[in-house]
Amino acid sequence: MSNAVDKTPDNAPAAGLLPPTNVIEDAQGITLYADLPGVPKDKLTLQVDGDKLIIEGELNFAIPEGMESIHADLDLPRYRRVFTLSKELDSGKVAAEIANGVLTLRIPKAAHAQPRKIEIQVTS
Amino acid sequence: MYFHRSFFPGSIFAELERLQRGLEQTYDPSIRGGLRGGFPALNIGSTPQSVEIYAFAPGIDPAAIEVQIEKGVLTLAGERNLPAPPKQATLHIGERFSGRFRRVVSLPDDVEPDSATAKYRDGVLHISIARKESAVPRRISIQ
Repeated sequence: MSNAVDKTPDNAPAAGLLPPTNVIEDAQGITLYADLPGVPKDKLTLQVDGDKLIIEGELNFAIPEGMESIHADLDLPRYRRVFTLSKELDSGKVAAEIANGVLTLRIPKAAHAQPRKIEIQVTS
Repeated sequence: MYFHRSFFPGSIFAELERLQRGLEQTYDPSIRGGLRGGFPALNIGSTPQSVEIYAFAPGIDPAAIEVQIEKGVLTLAGERNLPAPPKQATLHIGERFSGRFRRVVSLPDDVEPDSATAKYRDGVLHISIARKESAVPRRISIQ
């Protein structure tokens, strides 16, 4: 343990902005859309840790040297949001893409959790 | 009201200041409504040579954003329409902005509207407007 007192502990996540998110569920899985403007693809981190889905992104855009901030709606340099997944989701098959600052995540339901139509056998 | 603060604060003091500023904004809104909370979110910065405006407008065709400067006021207007969830699907969380938007920023007197440039990248529209030459502080050398 270092003697620095002004540092956040290594295990505590740094504060982040909450990205506005939409979550839509259909029979095959869940689609999540998150607004992450200012996050290029290489500054986006997606993690599944146990039943937690962790979305983190660093804001990265050009700022002229010596610029003084007058107003900031976004006043932290990163986004962070955690969602709790449920058992029937197959977190090993998450597909993600980011374009124009919008993250799209698709989490399919595990095969056994997908709705099955059961044929009714009629014996005469 | 102007706030002079670091663009990327990291300390606990900056965090407290941020909370305090949030409260101040609640009780002392601008004549055009609170700057915070609208879409697109805006960050505004200043350098001796220019005014820099960052509009956080993800998922929009940049050609569909209208940027106008008139009488010292910058207006950003446009539309972001999110598709309705398909039938048979359930919307569990719906926080993303959808619809028409308009945000207005009063500019300082010394900007050159004709010099404005706008770039869109990763969902951020960056508008840079140069200040008039005479307004740029000059260092006068002593002979």
